[in-house]
Amino acid sequence: MRDVAIIGIGDTKFGELWDSSLRKIGIEAGIAAIGDAGISGDEVDALYVGNMSAGRFIEQEHVAALIADYAGLTKNHIPATRVEASGASGALALREGYLSVASGEYDIVVVGGAEKMTDVGDEDITSIQAAAMDQEWESVFGATLPSLYAMMARRYMHEFGATREEFASVPVKNHANAAKNPKAQYRRAIKPETVLNATMVADPLGMFDCAPNSDGAAAVVLAPMEIAKKYTDTPIRISGSGQASASLALHQRRDILTMDSTVYAAKRALKQAGKEVKDIDVAELNDNYSISEILALEDIGFVEKGKGAKFSHDGQTAIGGKIAVNTSGGLKARGNPIGATGIAQAVEIVRQLRGEAGERQVDGARIGLTHNVGGTGATAIVHILEVA
Amino acid sequence: MKTGIVSYGAYIPRTRIEPAEIGRVWGIDGAAMGKGLMVYRKSVPMPDEDAITISVQAARDMMLRANVDPEEIGAIFVGSESHPYAVKPTSTIVAEAIEAAPHLTAADYEFACKAGTAAIQTSMGLVGSGMMRYSVAIGADTSQGAPGDALEYTAAAGGAALLIGTEKERLIAVINHTYSFTTDTPDFWRREGQMYPSHGGRFTGEPAYFKHVVTAGKTLMERAGTKPEDYNHVILHQPNGKFPTRAGKQMGFAPEQLKYGLLTPEIGNTYSGAVMLGLSSVLDVAKPGDRILMVAFGSGAGSDAFDITVTDEIEKFPREKGTSVRKMIDNYTLIDYSTYAKYRGKIKMRE
Repeated sequence: MRDVAIIGIGDTKFGELWDSSLRKIGIEAGIAAIGDAGISGDEVDALYVGNMSAGRFIEQEHVAALIADYAGLTKNHIPATRVEASGASGALALREGYLSVASGEYDIVVVGGAEKMTDVGDEDITSIQAAAMDQEWESVFGATLPSLYAMMARRYMHEFGATREEFASVPVKNHANAAKNPKAQYRRAIKPETVLNATMVADPLGMFDCAPNSDGAAAVVLAPMEIAKKYTDTPIRISGSGQASASLALHQRRDILTMDSTVYAAKRALKQAGKEVKDIDVAELNDNYSISEILALEDIGFVEKGKGAKFSHDGQTAIGGKIAVNTSGGLKARGNPIGATGIAQAVEIVRQLRGEAGERQVDGARIGLTHNVGGTGATAIVHILEVA
Repeated sequence: MKTGIVSYGAYIPRTRIEPAEIGRVWGIDGAAMGKGLMVYRKSVPMPDEDAITISVQAARDMMLRANVDPEEIGAIFVGSESHPYAVKPTSTIVAEAIEAAPHLTAADYEFACKAGTAAIQTSMGLVGSGMMRYSVAIGADTSQGAPGDALEYTAAAGGAALLIGTEKERLIAVINHTYSFTTDTPDFWRREGQMYPSHGGRFTGEPAYFKHVVTAGKTLMERAGTKPEDYNHVILHQPNGKFPTRAGKQMGFAPEQLKYGLLTPEIGNTYSGAVMLGLSSVLDVAKPGDRILMVAFGSGAGSDAFDITVTDEIEKFPREKGTSVRKMIDNYTLIDYSTYAKYRGKIKMRE
């Protein structure tokens, strides 16, 4: 297997992009990444696109070919592949792109992620997101994604005596970070009271415990490390890529407070990279709900099981804390256009490792981690990125 | 030729329901919802009230104040999205009720919440061209919100009528300029045969309401050569209290300028009646020389903006012959949700 580097990044602003279509934002991010890499479109060997549900959000399937077409990449008839694993679609596309370069099949690969969620009503979005769960065991009975995460949160409070105030520290910190990210959907800091007093979605998770519905796209350009320096002085190496699965339905898990998929994906990625958790300087974790970031901190191993909520509440995940988590603002405040999220996480870590994160820069960041989850944890993907 | 307002009249049903009571039924913190939307109670039509009776009541008050021979009225246009008949005009019934029939033209308008102001513009054209002496523009609604839907907390009933003319000595207010901004924006709709409207959730905000209202208001001021501080009163379409407050701020207005024209917090969203009731409320207190900016919004979508100056004639105008908007706002009876459900035909009866 060859070493693989990220040589270019690009993203759109995330938010309610009423005036933009999926193809428009997909191309905008892709062209930005190609421009950042300083390559020409003719050099691209393949395209991977992470997208969860264009078929239901905009009634458009076959989106990889669509984006290749509108990006002008079909004239060379390159392979264009859509990748889907619900919320982890973006990271899975990155992993597939990574494997295709590592294997020697392709040299220059563009990996994008895009989702256009706001063309349908809010209730439809909830139902589309619920398709990431087990239809026969969960969604058919009326369960929604927030309701299952609420069960995890409630159980966590029961097991470990955690409080809603501790959970609230996650969105408060992520909003503070997003305020410093020009691409974020919500560029404003919030107070803990805002989280606690917000409309209840699924007790104990209120509106501000939940990531928003967003439109957005992000892209990276991959190349084998041996030629990466030809394009950039700051190639970022993908030193570990781990993927794992777990039961689709939450009730089938041995423990609903541990995402074994995250445990295994993190172990595999770290092992491949030859790194330990303590080596990580900056991490983008899947905070689709406040409880999710806390579970991820524990399952990856940043903190012991049951201690994550307090760890977060103590400020250990803020920039300048023990481990800077979600400097982009995370899914909560940067926004969560589902298929784009996994790629946007990689884009943020590349910015951090290049030292281009501006006001939210983590000093001396050299090793970063991304963590992307599908559904309630049936798929988890972890990547380790390093300054080459 | 300058056109303007010769007379006006308004009507708001007396019954009200509070958001907390609606929320109680649906398991929602209605009081908090009302606070967020800045709607504290909304008007509810009684079983014998509809867009026609509201229009007639408003038009009768308009005529009481007008000292105009109803036979001089050449046109009546009623804007509403709750015309009781799909086919059969509201406007003819109003024409008969104020004894303006039969030598006139009449038609019903629909453009979501701005059909009443479209009627003002049509009237301005007809009287301004000399085709007729007076034309009546009415905006009235008994708007619908599906049970449990967010709209149910605001959808209310009410309306107002304006008599439009040209004779200087009869105009209590001159319409200096009007400007409309119209696009095809599907933020809110109701198809033929459907009982309740559908809406695009958050899409009804920025790309619909704010884009149209703010653009229309700013463009009108640009064309009229006016600045926000030139206006004594500003009336913006008010689906709730929050939207016009924020749009007013975006356009550079102080909250005091919106004070008399913002009625939604106390009566809910009266749709086609909204800005015209706001204007009636302002005319109830206006003084000679007062400058008024009014911007309507209709989903689908468009905004009609008007730059209006109150004349000296307002001093002689017998406002007291009609009922003031404030009096109708303050004179209310609260009902519970079951009575509301009965009044609004939400209970399925035996055929």
